Amino acid sequence: MPAPTDSGCSDRDLHPTTFFSPPLRSSANNAAGTPKPMGWCLMIKRLMVANRAEIASRVFRTCRLLGIETVAIHSDADAGLPYVGEADHAVHLPGNTPAETYLDVDAVLAAAKAAGADAIHPGYGFLSENAAFARAVEAAGLIWVGPTPESIEQMGSKIGAKDLMRAAGVPVLEAPAEPTEADLPLLVKASAGGGGRGMRIVRALADLPGEIATAEAEAASAFGDGTVFVEPYVENSRHVEVQVVGDGRGDVVVFGERDCSIQRRHQKVVEEAPAPGISEAVRAALHEAARNAAAAVDYRGAGTVEFLYDPATGRFFFLEMNTRLQVEHPVSELVHDVDLVALQIAVAEGGSLPSAQASAGHAIEVRLYAEDPAADYQPQSGTLTMIDFPGQPGIRVDSGYQSGSSVSTHYDAMLAKVIAHAPTREQAARRLAAALARAKIHGLVTNRDMLVAVLRDPAFLAGEVHTAFLEGHHTDPPTHPGQGDAAVAAALALAERTRERRTVQRGIPVAYRNVVSQPQVTDFEDGAGRELRVEWFGGRDGYTVEGLTVVDAAVELVTLEREGLRTSYEVRVQGHDPDDVHRDIHRDIRCDVDWPGGHLALAVKPRFVDPADAVATGSLLAPMPGTVISVDVEAGQSVEAGQTVLVLEAMKMQHRVNAPASGTVTEIDVKPGDQVAAGAVLAVVSTGSTNEEMQ
Amino acid sequence: MTNRAAMLDKLASLDEEHALAVLGGGEKYVARHHERGKLLPRERIELLIDEGSAFLELSPLAGWGSDFAVGASVVTGIGVIEGVECMITANDPTVKGGASNPWTVKKIFRASQIAEENGLPSVSLVESGGADLPTQKEIFIPGGKLFRDITRASARKQPTIALVFGNSTAGGAYVPGMSDYTVMVKEQAKVFLGGPPLVKMATGEESDDESLGGAEMHARTSGLADYLAEDERDAIRIGRRIVARLNWRKATAPPAHDWAEPDADPDELLDLIPTDLKEPFDPREVIARICDGVSATNGAVFDEFKPLYGPSLVVGWAKLHGRPIGILANAQGVLFSEEAQKATQFVQLANQTDTPLLFLHNTTGYMVGKDYEQGGIIKHGAMMINAISNSTVPHLSVIMGASYGAGNYGMNGRAFDPRFLFTWPSAKSAVMGPAQLAGVLEIVAQQSAEAKGQPFDAEGFKAIKEVVEAQIEEQSMPYFLSGMLYDDGVIDPRDTRTILGICLSVIENMPYAGTDRFGVFRP
Repeated sequence: MPAPTDSGCSDRDLHPTTFFSPPLRSSANNAAGTPKPMGWCLMIKRLMVANRAEIASRVFRTCRLLGIETVAIHSDADAGLPYVGEADHAVHLPGNTPAETYLDVDAVLAAAKAAGADAIHPGYGFLSENAAFARAVEAAGLIWVGPTPESIEQMGSKIGAKDLMRAAGVPVLEAPAEPTEADLPLLVKASAGGGGRGMRIVRALADLPGEIATAEAEAASAFGDGTVFVEPYVENSRHVEVQVVGDGRGDVVVFGERDCSIQRRHQKVVEEAPAPGISEAVRAALHEAARNAAAAVDYRGAGTVEFLYDPATGRFFFLEMNTRLQVEHPVSELVHDVDLVALQIAVAEGGSLPSAQASAGHAIEVRLYAEDPAADYQPQSGTLTMIDFPGQPGIRVDSGYQSGSSVSTHYDAMLAKVIAHAPTREQAARRLAAALARAKIHGLVTNRDMLVAVLRDPAFLAGEVHTAFLEGHHTDPPTHPGQGDAAVAAALALAERTRERRTVQRGIPVAYRNVVSQPQVTDFEDGAGRELRVEWFGGRDGYTVEGLTVVDAAVELVTLEREGLRTSYEVRVQGHDPDDVHRDIHRDIRCDVDWPGGHLALAVKPRFVDPADAVATGSLLAPMPGTVISVDVEAGQSVEAGQTVLVLEAMKMQHRVNAPASGTVTEIDVKPGDQVAAGAVLAVVSTGSTNEEMQ
Repeated sequence: MTNRAAMLDKLASLDEEHALAVLGGGEKYVARHHERGKLLPRERIELLIDEGSAFLELSPLAGWGSDFAVGASVVTGIGVIEGVECMITANDPTVKGGASNPWTVKKIFRASQIAEENGLPSVSLVESGGADLPTQKEIFIPGGKLFRDITRASARKQPTIALVFGNSTAGGAYVPGMSDYTVMVKEQAKVFLGGPPLVKMATGEESDDESLGGAEMHARTSGLADYLAEDERDAIRIGRRIVARLNWRKATAPPAHDWAEPDADPDELLDLIPTDLKEPFDPREVIARICDGVSATNGAVFDEFKPLYGPSLVVGWAKLHGRPIGILANAQGVLFSEEAQKATQFVQLANQTDTPLLFLHNTTGYMVGKDYEQGGIIKHGAMMINAISNSTVPHLSVIMGASYGAGNYGMNGRAFDPRFLFTWPSAKSAVMGPAQLAGVLEIVAQQSAEAKGQPFDAEGFKAIKEVVEAQIEEQSMPYFLSGMLYDDGVIDPRDTRTILGICLSVIENMPYAGTDRFGVFRP
C-alpha cells in the first residue's frame, strides 16, 4: 500500500483520458457511453466510500471496472458485511451509532487519510448531502464525488430551493399564507428532512398548530434543524422524479424519469422507470423542468429532481432536488444502459458527459427491507441466515448483505434492492415478482410478500399507482397455498436430520413402532404466531401423512404429492445449534421452507419447557432490541387494558408497550435507559381474573 | 388363497389384537383419564423417548386369552432416551386403575430379565392401584421379586428411575422406594404404605393423602422424591435429564453405518410362508430378506457352513445391520443326527469367535423311528441342546413356522432363554402337531382298551379327538403363546430385520464372550 501523502493528492497526475461507462444492464446490445475523447482531467486512484452496505458495494463495482482502488469504512457492527471484504482496503470506525461512525466528519476524513484515498464517494444518506463535509473533503485535497457544496446548500433548504426553482420557471407547490378549510388537506414537512421523516398530514385546521409543533420537535431532534413548512397535500398524488447528471459547467443530461409512488410511511418501496401513464408532452415538460432546475445551479454530478404529479390534472410541482445518487438509480441505469456511478466519477475527474441513450424497455426496483409490514413495518434485526436470489437474466440484485450477515438495529433495515428489466412494464413486474417469490430469504421477517403482492396487484399492473397505494393493503402476511404441506415437509426434514444424528440404532426406520398407537407430532409456530401441528407416522415403508404421498424425504429436500400433484420443498434448519434438534430444549430452532408456491418460516416448538424458563402469563416482552425511554407505571399500580406501561426506542422509532389486559402491575424489570434484548421480560401485569380463579 | 393373502389376513388380525392392547381399559376409561389432564402410558412413552427413535414394545399380547385385558395393564419395551437404550415400563391406569394381575407381574418380570441380561437402565412410569386383590395369591408371594429386581439392577450398575404420575401405594410404594432416582408429579403422585383409612384403623391418627404421600411432602419432607415435577410433561423432561447424566457407555461400540439393505425385497417374505406348514420352505430366502446385502464391507449375504452335510438344517454366517451373526435355520423341518451334530459344531464355532446366533424355527422335531433311535438321535439331539444351553454368545430366536417337540428346545426355544424371541403370525408351537397329538391319543386309547379286553369305540372317540385337536390347535397359535409370555411378541415378518437390528444394538450394552465350557458331550 503506498504511503499516504500529506495532502492526499500530491501524487495525483494529470492524464489525457477517455472514460467508458460499463453497461449495467444484462441485455447489453449497444455499447453505452461511447468512448469520447476528453481533455486533461484528474485521475482518481483510490476512492473511499463514506457509506456502508449496498451502496458501498455498488460504487466499488464500478470502481473495479474502472481500475480504481477501493476503500471501505465500517463500524463495529458492520465489520462482517460483504462490502468490507469487497473493498481493497478497509478502515474501522470504532462505535456503532451513526454519530460516532458514518456521520463523524473528522473520523471519516481521518480514515480517508489513513487509507491514502484521493477521492470520497458519499453514497446516499449519511454525509451525502452535507455541504460542510463536502467542503472539508475538498479542503483536505480530496476529490469529492458529488455536487459542489454550494449546490448542496442551495437545494438543501426546501424553502430556499423552492424560491430558486420559482425563479427558474419550474412549477412549485405554493404554500397558502393563511390556510383555510379549502386548502385542506395540508402537509407539514421538515425543511431539512428527507425520506419521509418529519412529515405530517393535517386534515383539520384545528390540528395544524399542534402538528407543526410536533413536527418541529421531531425535526429538531432528528436533523438538528427545527424548520418546517406547510404545503398543500395532493390526494392520490404521484411521486415522479427525474434523473439528471451535470458536468458542473452548465451541461445537464437527463436520464429519464422514475415513478416512486408506492410508498409506505412516506418511504419509497417500489420504483420504476419510465413512469407509467404519463403523456409524452408531460414527460418532455418534466425533463425540461428538471434540466432547468439543475442548470440553474450549474449542477455537477448525479442528482434527482422530485416532482409531485397530480394525475387528475396532469400538473406537476417541484418538490425538492436530491443532490446525491438515489437509492433507486438502477432503474434509470437499466432503461438507459448507463452507469451513473461511472458518470459521477467522470465529472468529478473533470470529464464531460455523453448524451443520454433513448429509454429502452421498463425497469422496476423494489426495496427489500427487514421489517414486518403486519406489525406497522417494525424493523427486524438478527441474523439473515440466507439471502439468495435466483440468478437469471433481466434481474439485478444490489445487496448489502449475504447469507449469515447480521442485521443490526443501528442503521436502515434495507437488505437489498432487486431490479427487473424487461421490454414492457407488465413483463418486468412479472419477472420481478417471480424472482422475489422464489428468493430464499431466511432468518428475518421481510416485506418480500408485500412487494410480491404489489407487483401482482391488478391496480399496480394497470398503472394505478399513487402514494397512498399501500394504506391498508398487502400488509398482512399472506397464506400461501400449500402452507400446511410445507409444514409437513419441515417436520419430515427435521425427522431426517434427527435420524442422521442418531448415535444408536442407526439403521432403524424413523419412529419405528411394532405396536402403533399414535402419530408422531411436530409442533411449529409461524411468524404470525399461528400454531401448526404436523402428525406423521414413520416405520417400515417410510413416512406416512394423511392425504399426502411422501415421495422422498431428505434433510434439505422433501417431495410430497397431493392429489396427483407433486411438489418439492426445500427446507433449511437454523438455530442455536441445529445439530441439537433431537434434544428437548430446541433452543430457538427454526425451519425455513421454500417451494415454488411460497415460503414459510417456522419456529419449532420444543417438546418440553423447563418451568424455570417459562414466562409468567401477563409478561410484557420487548418486541425488539432497544432502549427503555420511560416507564409510565409503578409496581402495584392498577392498569387498564391498552394503557401504556413503558416506551421503548429502537431503530429511531418509539414503541409503546401496553398492558395486554386490565390488572395490576406486579413486576417491573427495567428502568429508563436500560438496553433490552428482543423477548426480554419488561414487566408483568397480573389480571384480576387469574386471582379469582385461584380462590 | 395365496401365501400372501393368508399372511395379510393374519397380519390384519394381529393389528386388531394390538389395537385392543392399545385401547387399554377401553374408550370410556381412556376418555376419563384424558379429561383429568393425564397422559396414557404410550403417550408418556412417546414423550419420554428421543424424537424419531424406535420403540420396541415387548409382550404386547400378554394376558391374551385370559380373563384380563390384553396387554396386562402395563406397557413394556425398549426405547432410546437421550441416546441410551432403556427398558421402559409404564402402568396403564385405564385398566382397573393400573392394578397388577398375574400377567402384569409376569410381563414385568420378563422386562426385568431383558434389562438384566442386556444391561439396560430402566425407567418405570408408575401409576398403579396396586395388586388385583382377587388374584393376590398369584401375585403377592412371587411379586416380591419386582422389588428385588430393582435393587439388584442398581447393584449391577444398571440405574433405575421411577417417574411417579399417580398412585403408587402400599407395596407399590417400594417401586419409587427402591429406585435410584425418583420423580414425582405435583398434586398427582401419591406414595404411601397406608392411606388415611388404614392409618385411622391402625393408629387412630387422622391424616390425608397429601401429608401421607404427596409429591410436595416427599420432595420437601421425607426426601423420597428426588425431583418435584410441575406436571406430567415436566416429570418426563426430568426423567430424560436424569438419563442424559447417566454417563452411559455401551460395552460394544456400534458398527459404522455402512451396510447395505437386503439384496432381496423383505416384502416378499409374505409370499414365502406356505399356508400349510407341512410344506417346507427354503430359509435361505428368508436370510436374503433379513440380512445385509452385499457391500464393500460384506462380501456375501450368507456364507453357508457344511452345506452338503445335514442339509435339513442350514447354518452359516451373515451380517445384520453391520453386525456379524451366525444363523441356524430349519430347511426340511425334521432334525436328524447329522443336523444335530452340525448344529453342535456351529454353536461351538460361534462361541469361539464371540458371534451372536440367530435361530430361525421351522421344525417338526427330531426324527423318530428304529433306524434313527439306533443311530443315536437322542444323544445327538442332546448334544445340540447341550451346546445351545451352555453357549454364552447372545441368542435370538424367531419362530417362523412350526416349532414342535424337542426341536423347539434344540432351536433355542423359550426355556433356553434366548435374549429375545419373536414369533411370526404363521407360527405354531406345541409338543407335536394337533392332528398327530390327537392321533397318538387315539392309538393310546385303543391300546388301553385292547389291554383291558374292552372294545374300542372308534366312532365315540372321534368326537373326543376333534375336541382335543381343536384345543391343541388353539393352544399352538401364536396369540395364545404370546399371551402366556412364551415369546416377546408376534411380529410382522417384514419387520424382522428391523426388530433383530434393535435387539443386536441392545445386546451391545452388556459385554459378552463365547464359552469353551459345555456339558459333557456324547459324540
